[in-house]
Amino acid sequence: MTDSLTPSATALQSQLTPAWQTRLWRSTLNNRSLAIGLLIIASLGIVALLAPWLAPHDPYLQDTANRMVPPFWHDTGSWTHPLGTDRLGRDYLSRLIFGARISLFIGLVVALISGLIGTTLGVLAGYFGGRVDAVVSYLLTTRLAMPVVLVALAMASLIGGSMLTVTLLLGLLLWDRFAVVARSATQQLRDAEYVQAAQALGCPLPYILLREVLPNIAGALIVVATLEVANAILLEATLSFLGMGVQPPSPSWGLMIAEGKTYMFFQPWVITIPGGALFMLVLAINLLGDGLRDLSAPGGRNE
Amino acid sequence: MWAFVFKRTLIALSVALTISVLCFSLLQLSGDLALSIGGPEATAEQVEQIRVDYGLDRPVIQQFTTWLWGAVQLDFGRSYYYQSEVMDLVVERLPVTMTLGILALAIALGVSIPLGVVAALKRGSWIDRMAMAIAVTGQAMPNFWFGLTLIIVFAVKLQWFPAAGSDSWQGFVLPAVALGYYATPAMMRLTRSGMLEVLEADYIRTARAKGLRTGTVIFKHALRNAVIPVVALAAVELGFMLGGSVVIETVFSLRGLGQLAWNAISRNDYPVVQAIVLIIALFYIVLTLLADILNAALDPRLRAR
Repeated sequence: MTDSLTPSATALQSQLTPAWQTRLWRSTLNNRSLAIGLLIIASLGIVALLAPWLAPHDPYLQDTANRMVPPFWHDTGSWTHPLGTDRLGRDYLSRLIFGARISLFIGLVVALISGLIGTTLGVLAGYFGGRVDAVVSYLLTTRLAMPVVLVALAMASLIGGSMLTVTLLLGLLLWDRFAVVARSATQQLRDAEYVQAAQALGCPLPYILLREVLPNIAGALIVVATLEVANAILLEATLSFLGMGVQPPSPSWGLMIAEGKTYMFFQPWVITIPGGALFMLVLAINLLGDGLRDLSAPGGRNE
Repeated sequence: MWAFVFKRTLIALSVALTISVLCFSLLQLSGDLALSIGGPEATAEQVEQIRVDYGLDRPVIQQFTTWLWGAVQLDFGRSYYYQSEVMDLVVERLPVTMTLGILALAIALGVSIPLGVVAALKRGSWIDRMAMAIAVTGQAMPNFWFGLTLIIVFAVKLQWFPAAGSDSWQGFVLPAVALGYYATPAMMRLTRSGMLEVLEADYIRTARAKGLRTGTVIFKHALRNAVIPVVALAAVELGFMLGGSVVIETVFSLRGLGQLAWNAISRNDYPVVQAIVLIIALFYIVLTLLADILNAALDPRLRAR
């Protein structure tokens, strides 16, 4: 193929196709992103699970004598409160540790609810096509036209913001990507031989969908799930930051940023610490998702 | 082609109708309207009078058609809090949000297209890896936190830009960066993957075989085709940005539609809330419709779907 090209084009071609070294480097990088992502998530998960034993103080205990103590790297910081205290004297590290529970819980449960809704709709649309597909596509288009943050804010203020409200609202709103992926993956499987064989054998419909179709689209759905966990965590933080999500005195990271906002000009650490934690967690989940996508698509990351 | 445009427009219209039903039910769910309009001091007779005056004693369907007919004529009723026409409030705030959205989109396109092209051309190089790193970190950054960080660094420490306000163009720089950064990763990835795909196409090989200069091949032949889906995505992203302006306008105290929405939500001013939700949804519907038509006009294969 290269023989038929002009010399300048061949030179360009060689620039465009990566050498095998780069490709090897790339694949280790991808595995590494998977490994780094998993490592961070696992350690945060353990921290969240063992929060009552790991946190040095009670995250709700106010201590008005020790308000706004800076973290240990400041001159006036102390090791009693390694990450300092907030405006009510509550230990920042303990709040951060308990906050990981909120983020992880909401992320996982939202992905579970939205995954259930989206996968059901998507699989049905992809398998049956025709009218069913038209109805699901219509629901999807309508859902996509709704501004998520705005609708979630309005509904949360209507119902009353709480962890439960936020989880349910986001679960009911974030199913779009699951539906899109499940639909197109099922469409490709519909005419697969093993699905046709199951149909010919007279297997009941739930059996075909759950045992033949679902396991074969699970890989793609897991990648979507990681994206949605990250998305839900960011949205929970946004809603809590705007005062319509998890309510005080809960140590939600978004709420901690909102509470620190007035102090951020003189003590930026009050927002950099919870913001950094949020960034780390979401970054780790995205790295995991990227790694998983590359595992399921051996062609590389051309997308 | 016209059949496609007609069908898509019809779907868009029915989606718009569904959204308007949802927006209207939002107001119904918010409790007894006559009580909220009358305020805590209103007597039972006054509440009854309000009910008659505002037409709240009529059947829900009739109320809905009246509201919808008003909405079609851009009349969304009166705000409970400001006591002025909702549309006047919206018209007053819209320029700020549009300026913010378009500026943010320009920043996002200005960063993502060159970066995506270079990343695709120098695949595997440090630029490619840096672009990927930007994409991954960009998606992980909560935008309100990024906005606050920009304020601390560029408004407080360096004092290059004001921290809040929309009086001058400088006030728009930081919020536009904060809003645009969020849309950059997706558009950059699309540019990169589009370029990679296009560069392997036969007509690029032909163009090179003809002995055209590399620059001509890349810009006139490859980029022009790779950029089409990016432009379509940009239209959709603009719709998202109008929705995301709620967060950024609150952080930067910009007097735009998003801040109005947030204030209205915290004051239970539902006529304003439903109007803004509907308007932003309509913007999104129109933008995706245009993006669909643009895509179909340029790629006839899509019309069959």
